Amino acid sequence: MLMYVGRRLLQAIPVFFGTTFLIYFMVFSMPGDPVIALFGDKTPNPAVLAQVTAQYNLDKPFFVQYFLYLGNLFTGNLGVTFSGRDVSDILASALPVTVKLVLMAVVIELLLSITVGLISGLRKGRVLDHSNLIAALVLSSVPPFVALFVAQYFIGIKLGWAPVTVGANATWGAMLLPAIVIALTIYVTGMRLMRGSVIEAQSAEYVRTAAAKGLSRKRIIPVHIARNSLIPVVTNSAASFGALIAGTTVTEGIFNIPGVGNVLFQAIRLGENATVVSFVTILTIIYVVVNILVDLLYAVLDPRIRYV
Amino acid sequence: MSDRHVEHYVAPIDPADAIEVDKVSLGDRRSNLWIDAWRDLRRRPLFYISTAVVLLVSAVALFPSLFTNVSPTDNCLLVNSNGGPIAGHPLGFTLQGCDVYSRIVFGASTSLSVGIFVIIISAVIGIPMGAIAAYYGGWIDALLSRVGDIFFAIPYFLAAVVVMSVLSAHRNVFVIAVAIAGFAWASLARILRAEVLQVKNLEYVMASEAVGRSKFSTLLRHVLPNSLTPVIVYLTIALGGAITAEATLSFLGIGLPSSIMSWGADISRAQTSLRVAPMALFWPSLALTITVLAFIMLGELIRDALDPKARAHR
Repeated sequence: MLMYVGRRLLQAIPVFFGTTFLIYFMVFSMPGDPVIALFGDKTPNPAVLAQVTAQYNLDKPFFVQYFLYLGNLFTGNLGVTFSGRDVSDILASALPVTVKLVLMAVVIELLLSITVGLISGLRKGRVLDHSNLIAALVLSSVPPFVALFVAQYFIGIKLGWAPVTVGANATWGAMLLPAIVIALTIYVTGMRLMRGSVIEAQSAEYVRTAAAKGLSRKRIIPVHIARNSLIPVVTNSAASFGALIAGTTVTEGIFNIPGVGNVLFQAIRLGENATVVSFVTILTIIYVVVNILVDLLYAVLDPRIRYV
Repeated sequence: MSDRHVEHYVAPIDPADAIEVDKVSLGDRRSNLWIDAWRDLRRRPLFYISTAVVLLVSAVALFPSLFTNVSPTDNCLLVNSNGGPIAGHPLGFTLQGCDVYSRIVFGASTSLSVGIFVIIISAVIGIPMGAIAAYYGGWIDALLSRVGDIFFAIPYFLAAVVVMSVLSAHRNVFVIAVAIAGFAWASLARILRAEVLQVKNLEYVMASEAVGRSKFSTLLRHVLPNSLTPVIVYLTIALGGAITAEATLSFLGIGLPSSIMSWGADISRAQTSLRVAPMALFWPSLALTITVLAFIMLGELIRDALDPKARAHR
């Protein structure tokens, strides 16, 4: 186990350097003046221009630039946004909001996957199974921003059941609607995993043994079938946690949730490319770290898996 | 000793039966993975529906003027701003007074061409990376897989956001496709690598090398054609995903410039009047969703049909 953890962490090192290098390379090797590009469509003030050039060490060779930038990243000096706020300050206030939203979405997704997957698996091949699968596929094909608008319009504006925008005070209740919408657009994978393992479990020896002992379906289904089918679904949900943190830009933008994604959303819309780059880097690092944790979780959860 | 008589019954041997069993009837229907899959697909109504949608969207994208004679950009009268449907304009008007139906018709080619460019670029990078890594193994595999890991570790949408933000002066259909495919290929390479790892140990691959065919030629001629099934499924589904990605980037305002028609950009522009004129947002959203759904559904059906285990499960 310790060996596995060590190996997994070692593997992450080249990925970490690679991803940060790639983002840095993409920004600073594009055609044209990278500093001007960072200002998007705006014409920069010469003083700001000189300051940004110095900030990114653009007068030095490319590799030196990159390592200076990495050094800043490690010491927590993440730079400032266009409006002059410290990026680390923004992160401290915005990240908890995003984590709250994503946590809620993942829990809903998990519950949906488990119940719908269990029902489908137990009714394999019947009409209910097919319609469950098609419904999940259709929901997953709706582009997220379309799904969010539909929910915002019908549930927020027409029915008035949920706040249309969340605003500064991001409570659990206010973020419930976007969390449900996110969950609905992604639960197809988890639901299929659950369905597959339930189908397999039904013909497994231990389930037949339980039935032969005279246990009722009421006891076999939750205790023997469902419990043993949970591992892939839980790890899948954990993996989507990372992907969702990195992908809340549109959700938070549309519902005006003050999270990390919203900062990125505003920066994109305003063309503040320097802020865009630093937040994409941060989100990518979070994504990489969460994926490592998920792999470790998988090793802890499933004792059958032996990593050498 | 014992007077018990045990009788063994031995069936008379009839050589004709054995011949019957061994007989190969050449007139029978041929059967292989794709023929079986095709037989399976033909029985599924959803296959016909999604194929029809794909064909319809392709036709609209290729010949938009067959479907409407209203220009999507000219004759936009502010009098019609956010207007409802009238004769000749079945879906009403946008905030700028342009015809919604015509804009949807002319936006189809953008979505479709971005989707097609993305899967071509992903295939051109991902197939060699995955196939060579798995087939040659050793340090080549280690190197190519680590490179793939790095691209895989960056969510491709975020990468596209960076590329499109920085390239604000050069936004067009091809650039947006490169921005999306530049990172999306890593998943394809992973899928193909796993498949080639299985195929390369099969007897026919060994046989091909044993008769003196070079490693590279064996890869091209025997290994790749037998590993492409999951790639085809992935690419069909990825086409839907790429259309969504383009629409989302255009929605964020870093996709295509307003001179190029795009469903995502139209949805973004209609957002401001969501409360008063929801239909201008609804129609392009519907077109986008149906198109994406058709590709994803088609890919899923092909995946199901190609998987004998899944077929038995039904």
